[in-house]
Amino acid sequence: MIIASNVSKQFGKLKALDNVSVTCRKGECIALIGPNGSGKTTLIKSILGMVVPDSGFITFNEKNILHDWKYREQIGYMPQIGRYPDNMTIGHVLEMMKDIRSKTLSIDEDLIKAFKLNDLMHKRMRTLSGGTTQKVSAALAFLFNPSVLILDEPTAGLDPVASEIFKDKITSEKQKGKLVLITSHVLSDLDDLITQVIYMQDGQLRFHKTIEELRNDTGEEKLAKAIANVMIKN
Amino acid sequence: MKKIIKYVMTDILRNRIVLAYTVFLLITSFSVFSLEDNNSKGLLSFLNVILIVVPLVSIIFSTIYVYNSTEFIELLVSQPLKRKSIWLSLFTGLSSSLALAFFIGAGIPILLYQTNAIGFMMIGIGILLSIVFVAIAMLAAVQTRDKAKGIGIAILLWLYFSLLFDGLVLFLLFQFADYPLEKPMIAMSALNPIDLGRILILLQLDVSAMMGYTGAIFKDFFGTYIGGIFSFTVLLLWIGVPIFFSTRKFNRKDL
Repeated sequence: MIIASNVSKQFGKLKALDNVSVTCRKGECIALIGPNGSGKTTLIKSILGMVVPDSGFITFNEKNILHDWKYREQIGYMPQIGRYPDNMTIGHVLEMMKDIRSKTLSIDEDLIKAFKLNDLMHKRMRTLSGGTTQKVSAALAFLFNPSVLILDEPTAGLDPVASEIFKDKITSEKQKGKLVLITSHVLSDLDDLITQVIYMQDGQLRFHKTIEELRNDTGEEKLAKAIANVMIKN
Repeated sequence: MKKIIKYVMTDILRNRIVLAYTVFLLITSFSVFSLEDNNSKGLLSFLNVILIVVPLVSIIFSTIYVYNSTEFIELLVSQPLKRKSIWLSLFTGLSSSLALAFFIGAGIPILLYQTNAIGFMMIGIGILLSIVFVAIAMLAAVQTRDKAKGIGIAILLWLYFSLLFDGLVLFLLFQFADYPLEKPMIAMSALNPIDLGRILILLQLDVSAMMGYTGAIFKDFFGTYIGGIFSFTVLLLWIGVPIFFSTRKFNRKDL
């Protein structure tokens, strides 16, 4: 579904992405793992077209995403730090997004209900706590029933209850055959969710393996330990 | 695109600064017109207020607004929307709200006291200048991520157009006083939208008789049909060119 070929991006002297090539297919749940500043968010932003790569290209359903914008109808994106216009209320933001993406017929309000956002609709975005903002971002990512979900650090800042609700939601979406891309440092959250692991370091893609392969290679059952094993070897 | 314009406009029109700007224009215009017994004198004093205040408010407000909407822009960019239409909607929203504020604050009093060609001209110039400076502000804001730097650039640009440019013109006039500079002056005026607006309005007023030989040349050129078309085309270029470059830059910007 999403194919990135030899994507490179440089911010000043820093090589954020160095010749990265990835292929993501339908029904996969991929964890993007790597140390801070390894280029995970830049890769995600390139897929979304928010960052324009210096070289290489990305295709979505076999179409180059450069100068294209329609493909984003099929993506639900949850940013690492959700930033919203300060003086809009939660209700306004949701209303506006529905207005902008009005072509989507099926609206999925499960997370709004599960997070009890309905009671907070009149609250302004600047008064929200970090966790509540994350909940709004999550609800927005799932709202339009997209076929690809891109979640950047989704569970950071969520309380345990919300985190569980959220993981259940991801599992159920995964079973519907959607592609899910997650970055996270809380590896224990990812254990039962993911099918594949992409490991990045210094802007380079170190490996892309299924979780079984990784377990066999490292001899560790838990993802956290397997990754720690890899990081030490590097 | 219409939807984004709607959100931008409702957001700006609720903004206190824009309200204060409208009220300020209303108060100045009514006081200027009631101070002078001759309406055309009042118009002249009001012209100076407009030529300073309108560009200043338009450029500073728009720059700050673009920086404050960074989150909003980021949110929209990750949605199925063309970058071009996001940027142009922001421009349309900003310029139409500021033009509306100008029309309510200055246009209505002018229409009440001076319902003639000069009045209409002044409203038109005011609205065009508002839009020109929104376009310039957006070009300044897209260049840098740093808010302080962006606002600094905007202030410098305003300073250049309202003060430095005139100084530069005076300097050239004195340096080349021995040469006939009347015709090059027409070309020079095209380099500054504020000056162009001032000339267009002054020529409509009786005081243009006091501008000497240059004034006569100006009247000869700007007073004609072709001169009018020329000056409005130049003003439209002052809107179109900055917007073209800022859209191009925004299309390639990393967010």
